Amino acid sequence: MTTSTPTRPQDGNSSAGGNNKRMDASGRVPKQRRLRPRTVSGVLLYVVLVVVSLIIILPLVWVFITSFKTDGDVITNPYGIFPNPFSTEAYATLSSGQQPIFRWLLNSFLAATLQTIIILVTAASAAYALARLEFWGKKLVFGLIISTLLVPPVIFLIPNYLIVQNLGWLDTIWAISIPGAASAFGVFFLRQFFVGLPMEIEEAARIDGAGDLRIFLQIIVPLSKPALSTLAVLSFLANWNDFLWPIYVLLSPENLTLQPGLSQLQGAYSTHFSIVMAGAVIASVPVLILFAIAQRQIVESVASSGVKG
Amino acid sequence: MTNSSIAAGPNPAAPAVAVPPSSRRSRVGATGVPRRTGTAYLFLAPFLALFAVFVITPAVFGLIISVTDWSPFKVEQTFIGLQNYIDLFTPGSITYGDFWQSMGATGIFTLLSVPVMLVIPLLLAVLLNNKIKGGTAFRAIFFAPYVLGVAVIGVIWRYILDTQSGMLNNLLGLIGLPTDIPWTVDVPWAWVSLVGVTVWWTLGFNAVILLAGLKGISADLYEAASLDGAGAIRKFFSVTLPGLRPVMLFVTTTTILASANMFGQSFLLTKGGPGNATRTAIMYISDQGLGQSNMGAASAMSYILFAFLAIISVINFRLQRERAE
Repeated sequence: MTTSTPTRPQDGNSSAGGNNKRMDASGRVPKQRRLRPRTVSGVLLYVVLVVVSLIIILPLVWVFITSFKTDGDVITNPYGIFPNPFSTEAYATLSSGQQPIFRWLLNSFLAATLQTIIILVTAASAAYALARLEFWGKKLVFGLIISTLLVPPVIFLIPNYLIVQNLGWLDTIWAISIPGAASAFGVFFLRQFFVGLPMEIEEAARIDGAGDLRIFLQIIVPLSKPALSTLAVLSFLANWNDFLWPIYVLLSPENLTLQPGLSQLQGAYSTHFSIVMAGAVIASVPVLILFAIAQRQIVESVASSGVKG
Repeated sequence: MTNSSIAAGPNPAAPAVAVPPSSRRSRVGATGVPRRTGTAYLFLAPFLALFAVFVITPAVFGLIISVTDWSPFKVEQTFIGLQNYIDLFTPGSITYGDFWQSMGATGIFTLLSVPVMLVIPLLLAVLLNNKIKGGTAFRAIFFAPYVLGVAVIGVIWRYILDTQSGMLNNLLGLIGLPTDIPWTVDVPWAWVSLVGVTVWWTLGFNAVILLAGLKGISADLYEAASLDGAGAIRKFFSVTLPGLRPVMLFVTTTTILASANMFGQSFLLTKGGPGNATRTAIMYISDQGLGQSNMGAASAMSYILFAFLAIISVINFRLQRERAE
């Protein structure tokens, strides 16, 4: 609909220089590039975007409001915008209850951080070897890694459960951070990036007597910050969102992460909506704050996963 | 592999599409640079150790389990050949009915959700691709639900969709519509809810990837189309969609795989019900294998699911490539 004004890549490095010289097919005076709410299509565009935004935001606002209601209020006055009475009872119950939700939050952060760090270190160094070194068996190793990319995670569920059990890792943070850290995707993704880096700097460093470790740490890694941070974001989100695996490998309440924890909370307080919603609020606020801070970086990381890669 | 990606969000750990032909650069390097096999394996060692223990070993181990009647309560496991697989294809066996019902549920969800999860994000991406004030803010809002994680989404929507005290039915009542829609406890409403919630949760994910793809389409193409007298709709079909093809292939593939691996939404919203109508394959396999300790059969099931996914991926790949020609 609104594409009647052709858009161009925002980075502006596409060839055409003349910005506003384009004419419509009908030969009308060229429209302004930036759509203004003045034009009909501009208004329509904003209306659609705002409506979708409201569909996203309103349920979250609703959850927030509900968390300050009493159980009675939730049932008798389900669409009351203002809690009546305003109550922090749900939060009080949560912080004193047997459901250690703040502990889950901490566990989730620790597990996701640990896994992300392991992925960055192992995948980057493996990708360095695959992208920049010649060695015996290179094709075989790379082929093996690539071939596992399309294998669905369910294949690993049962055998990895038994492996983790044998390692004595059930109900520990290792169970939810280590197995998933074997990231074939991470190696593949970084290798593609490393291959594209210019060879010249590296050759100069080699002539100066730099070894591989120094080249890797002082040349490749600094040049690859965008790719590394993208991988970090994707890995962190994947671990944070993980649900099925922790349900089965984590057992005691204090060792749970947020996702299985909230699921248990729902089971324990199934009729107490305000308590469950308070749990959802506690689980969401820190993530949403982090997201608000690093929003651009996070969104662009995900965006680039489909285009480059 | 990531165990982390079973949730049916778009799967960030899925492979990207464009695999450049084995790098020219390294071949160039091969002429001047000597082989450094020892060094290379030192760099590879940490990853390969993890990869061997948690990817290669379980892939093989899983096959072995699937030809036994594996139970964690036995000291020695018995080899039973292909019996687990045969059972899954024998009507009337213990696992046959439930397994294929769960495969059917996964199929229904995939068929219903994938088109919506492609079309809505694509429309949003096209809208966002106009230079507008607040574009970044809209993009961030659309993406936000994804960072919350499936459990937050599940508990929130289970409440909103509750038949009696849920917000949605109450809202419908306010505008004079029926207030007793069984969103999570009866079909087909349960499917509507599962698809709707999944779209709500993940639309921003696909939208930002598609938006990046749109930005990569050269403005010259649109200009040329304009000169040829193409209107907006014509341009969408003859410039936008073809230009988006590689990104679309990536998004379609990851979305299909994510939907076929759906678990959390059913687990949290419908508990697989009513009956077992919305119990997905992943839900059934994980319950059989880890809940009921029926590991041999569950492993066989996971390999059958894998085979299905492989076939679908190949078909998808072929179709999209043909369209390109």
